[in-house]
Amino acid sequence: MASMTFAQHVSDADLLEQLQLAAWRYFPDATRPVTGLVADNSRPGAPISIAVVGFALACYPIAVARGWIARDEAVARCLSSLRFLHDSDQSGAADATGFKGFYFHFLDPDTGARVWRSELSMVDTALLIAGALAAAQFFDADCAAERELRELADFLYRRIDWSWAQHGAATIWQGWKPECGFLHYGWEGYSEAILLYVLALGSPTHPVGDCYPAWTATYQWENLYDNDYLYAGPLFVHHFSHAWLDLRGIRDAFMREKDSDYFQNSRRAAYVHREYARRNPMGCAGMDENCWGLSSGDGPSDEQPLLDNEPRHLFGYAARGVPYGPDDGTLCPSSVLASIPFAPDISLACLRSILDRYPEVLSEGRLSSGFNPGVSDAQGRVWISPGHYGLDQGIAVLMLENHRSGMLWSLMRDCPYLRDGLGRAGFTGGWLDAPLSPEGLR
Amino acid sequence: MSDPSLPESQAPVDAYERERLANVAPGDWINPRPAPRYDLVVIGAGPAGLAAVEAANALGARVALVERNLLGGGCLNTACIPSKTLLRTTRLYGEMLEARRYGALAPEPVETDFAAAMARVRRIRSQLSRGDAARRLGDAGIDVFFGAASFVDEGTIGVGEDRLPFRKAMVASGASPAVTAVPGLAEAGYLTSETVFDLTHLPKRLIVIGGGPLGCELAQAFCRLGSRTTIVQDLPLFLGGEERDAAQLLSDAFARDGIEVRLNTSAVAVRVVDGQKQVDLLSDDYRSTVSTDVILTGMGRLPNVLGMDLARAGIAFDEARGILVDDELRTSNPRVFAAGDVCLEHKFSHTAAAAARIVVRNALLGGHQRMSELVVPWCTFTDPEIAHVGLYVREANRLGIPIKTFTIPMHEVPRAVADGEDRGFVKIHIAEGSDRILGATIVARHAGEMINEITLAMVHGIGLRALSKVIHAYPTQADAIRKAADAYNRTRMSARLRARLAGFFEPRHPPEG
Repeated sequence: MASMTFAQHVSDADLLEQLQLAAWRYFPDATRPVTGLVADNSRPGAPISIAVVGFALACYPIAVARGWIARDEAVARCLSSLRFLHDSDQSGAADATGFKGFYFHFLDPDTGARVWRSELSMVDTALLIAGALAAAQFFDADCAAERELRELADFLYRRIDWSWAQHGAATIWQGWKPECGFLHYGWEGYSEAILLYVLALGSPTHPVGDCYPAWTATYQWENLYDNDYLYAGPLFVHHFSHAWLDLRGIRDAFMREKDSDYFQNSRRAAYVHREYARRNPMGCAGMDENCWGLSSGDGPSDEQPLLDNEPRHLFGYAARGVPYGPDDGTLCPSSVLASIPFAPDISLACLRSILDRYPEVLSEGRLSSGFNPGVSDAQGRVWISPGHYGLDQGIAVLMLENHRSGMLWSLMRDCPYLRDGLGRAGFTGGWLDAPLSPEGLR
Repeated sequence: MSDPSLPESQAPVDAYERERLANVAPGDWINPRPAPRYDLVVIGAGPAGLAAVEAANALGARVALVERNLLGGGCLNTACIPSKTLLRTTRLYGEMLEARRYGALAPEPVETDFAAAMARVRRIRSQLSRGDAARRLGDAGIDVFFGAASFVDEGTIGVGEDRLPFRKAMVASGASPAVTAVPGLAEAGYLTSETVFDLTHLPKRLIVIGGGPLGCELAQAFCRLGSRTTIVQDLPLFLGGEERDAAQLLSDAFARDGIEVRLNTSAVAVRVVDGQKQVDLLSDDYRSTVSTDVILTGMGRLPNVLGMDLARAGIAFDEARGILVDDELRTSNPRVFAAGDVCLEHKFSHTAAAAARIVVRNALLGGHQRMSELVVPWCTFTDPEIAHVGLYVREANRLGIPIKTFTIPMHEVPRAVADGEDRGFVKIHIAEGSDRILGATIVARHAGEMINEITLAMVHGIGLRALSKVIHAYPTQADAIRKAADAYNRTRMSARLRARLAGFFEPRHPPEG
């Protein structure tokens, strides 16, 4: 009941402050001492996720600015992970940490060696390096520690051989394994990879060729539920590049043709998700216009007892999407929270209604990865994903900061690599036409 | 025209089969005496060949048709007709297995009768063979020759001892299953999409290698008949050419049916261990082995270009691409044309027949009709069906054509919801800034029926705006098309018009979004 009282009786500003603070605390809590890297989730034995490390690196500047951690401690924590990455085994061996400057998706928490035969992940490396660049942008003091931090981030970015990851293909390969080479995911259409392309195009050392048009050639501009938008099913796709890049008012060739931009697009995606939930075509318990958010995240799997009688497949940890599913009634509250900068009214209303109806989605003040009102345990309690996932907490901290102050967007606008990458991807207009601020020219 | 090197059919020879063979390959047939010269000689009596001889005959031309095996070709005998007939039975089983979703009761467990399903296939195939009967064609004035055809020179086709001189000829020799070379496959034995209809017992376990249209249809059919079915596809999604969302919905449907789906996976070896077939699979770095009773493969098609002495008539060909033709379907011998699977990328019966009609016009009437001008729909008859016509979005993007899609999920269509068939969509692609339809993809229980309306609109230049004025019977699933047209119209209401209209009406809150 404490959570319900909390959600019902605090102002929007206090609610967001508390959610952001609690989400931020995930990172120091989940940092592993030897490597300085951060666990994928809070469950015992969880491996390191390199994407979560990227989110952590971007959270430290925010935490410093908000007075949640001392600057020198934040720098020390960032340095610890950056140093580890700098010195890591980049041989590409089956138990290395990375190859060609990229990193394996999941690493051993104590040694940083690859685990689970995971793939060398291009998009997760992009998230990692974006975090490093964010920290480098923020920690701009002329002292040894912050200089080292900036040099390390720069080194790690410049070390990545993006051109290798385009080997023989029109677009960037999304994964590689020492056992079998590049992986054939067949990614088509709009995805969270804008950031990857921008970083890969902006590299001063190993840029990819002109592959952005080939990537956008699989985009689908659709009118769905009376909204024109660049379609992608899971909500997180509309957030994971947008957290880092201020996509307001800047446009690539595709968005110029459609007279829209990626910020506006994420707003429309939120409305599409709400419209889908209003229709609730699968008849999922609890889903309605104030309870939505199909995204990538944890969910129940088939062994769970159902509240309703209709037999339904449950998909576990999966990327759920609108309007084609898969939809087993599992919702991802952090995807709603991450929609706040784009569509504040409906996203806040949805988040509040989720917190009112299912206060147990908060534990330690943090949102769980997923909940499913149609699935319950023997005591009748709605299924909630146990513990917390770093990606959910990271996107919460970053997007709430962008909503509240625009700080991360502002930092990244001044990152020359990202500016160059956006330019090479064909983005023009808006803040790109303005000269770099004095901080950026530094 | 099917491959004579294939083993003889193992299917039971019942009264149905006797009737079919009497129609399409009568044992007592005596080839006619060849005419001194034919206006058109056609090699192959599949959908292309039959369409050509009927069209030419209707014009009053002197026509000969040569077939080395069965009239009707793969379409009637081994492909479209038998498979769609079997799919009707398995669709019924699919519904029985989900009876509770429809508020109905079915016996549990649902027992299947494979022999009865296959007997029905033979009965219907036999019934439909009457239309392609040799005697009917002969009575209509077409000279039907059974035997292997080969070119004697640039203007003569030989059949055995007979010589058929021609003014024009058309090669429509079809295609045969292309079996991927997997070590051990030949030794272990396999069925293809053609020989699978010879099965007399339902295999307990079945592995389908190849996730194209034929593989997908048959995998779902055998799964619903009760075979433990695995489907292996070496691409990330089924139906390589189709759009991602369509292929994804099919994967989801397969998972619901209980098919074991192996995407991004290749069969790398086949072994027989203790009388059991074992198929080794490789997916990136993951190796596994599946035991099975029957291996179904050969879902791709290779054009039948050998054994006809094409070179002697100066007809250029390529063993993978088939006979090389120009846009008017003329081969490198200006008197010889080709149609159907032997020369076309899209190997469909309806494309073959349409191409054959172009050949008749161009060959006999001096026409210049182009194959590329045809608007050709196609459909994969899985449940749900996946139908497409025109451009794909990615093609338009690559051609630099601004394109916009109007999407109606089937859950927006009352009849689809009432039918319990609401998993799917209608997507209509238009040229941005106009209402001109560039293409469409439909995923729905009856997508194959629904796509025809879009094809009609495209052929006759009917735009989305006009389609919205077409009253669709309510409630029907094709009403989804009108809904897409209505959605288009709503986007055309300009802010200026809205503002002007606002003056006439009571004030209200501005819409969000």
